[in-house]
Amino acid sequence: MSNDVADRVKKIVVEHLGVEESKVVNSASFIDDLGADSLDTVELVMAFEEEFGCEIPDDAAEKIVTVQNAVDFISENV
Amino acid sequence: MFDLSGKTALVTGASGGIGHAIAAALHAQGATVGLSGTRVEALEKVAADLGGERVFVLPANLSETDAPADLIKRSEEAMGQVDILVNNAGLTRDNLAMRLKDEDWDMVLAVNLTASFRLAKACMRGMMKRRWGRIIGITSVVGTTGNAGQTNYAASKAGLIGMSKSLAQEIASRGITVNCVAPGFIQTAMTDVLADEQKAKLLSTIPCDRLGSPEDIAASVAYLASNEAAYVTGQTLHVNGGMAMI
Repeated sequence: MSNDVADRVKKIVVEHLGVEESKVVNSASFIDDLGADSLDTVELVMAFEEEFGCEIPDDAAEKIVTVQNAVDFISENV
Repeated sequence: MFDLSGKTALVTGASGGIGHAIAAALHAQGATVGLSGTRVEALEKVAADLGGERVFVLPANLSETDAPADLIKRSEEAMGQVDILVNNAGLTRDNLAMRLKDEDWDMVLAVNLTASFRLAKACMRGMMKRRWGRIIGITSVVGTTGNAGQTNYAASKAGLIGMSKSLAQEIASRGITVNCVAPGFIQTAMTDVLADEQKAKLLSTIPCDRLGSPEDIAASVAYLASNEAAYVTGQTLHVNGGMAMI
């Protein structure tokens, strides 16, 4: 399950930020490592919400700064 | 030029003189238009005036906290999406500052400024996804020049300009422009209440030597809403017959 979530999260990140798949490791920070700006992170959260059919509240969204954070939140809440 | 076929627009305050003209102009350019306001009958009349096709009546009382989010939701249900938001709803509660009641300050800020922000916020998600959007605030010349007796109104209109510039910087890269149109003195119910003497004095300050018409404002909105205005953002277009050249 969590592998599946991780794969889907990474696919969204690759598509949205236009970065190489190899760079999208679990520990990668969207902003510091993958070149996202703050608006990109908002859009990523929107994309996760759609992909996984869930709602990510603002206070949780703020804590999603790395690929792993996203995978964890989605695995725990979906 | 300025073709809006296939676009959807939500106009608040659509039963007023300027709002009616804005809705008519966007509709004439091909847009589907949602008409919002508090007076359902008056909105129905505007809808009938537009011919009833590509028109939706969406009543809302924007002084209520949840009304903006609810209005965007109903607009999206009715029209599929909101491509163009025209924050036109506004009211005045004029008085000298020394006599101005707190509730009159709060009411004007709530409707003219706070509701505009909430509406913009609620429709931004869809606009960001589609990489296209237009948010247009109808401000006022007094938001820039100030006006005795209108501390609350002028503050709300100046606030709309500052908010629009900030929002414009946040979302320009996503194909969404945020601009304002600042009418001067326009012939509407709001200016009909002025005494003749006041009007004469007013005209002496307007190089074009007439009050503006709602259509003068509507044409500017239609331009800013169009694809042709894609490179214009964070701006305030002053439409005031030259009474203030800013």
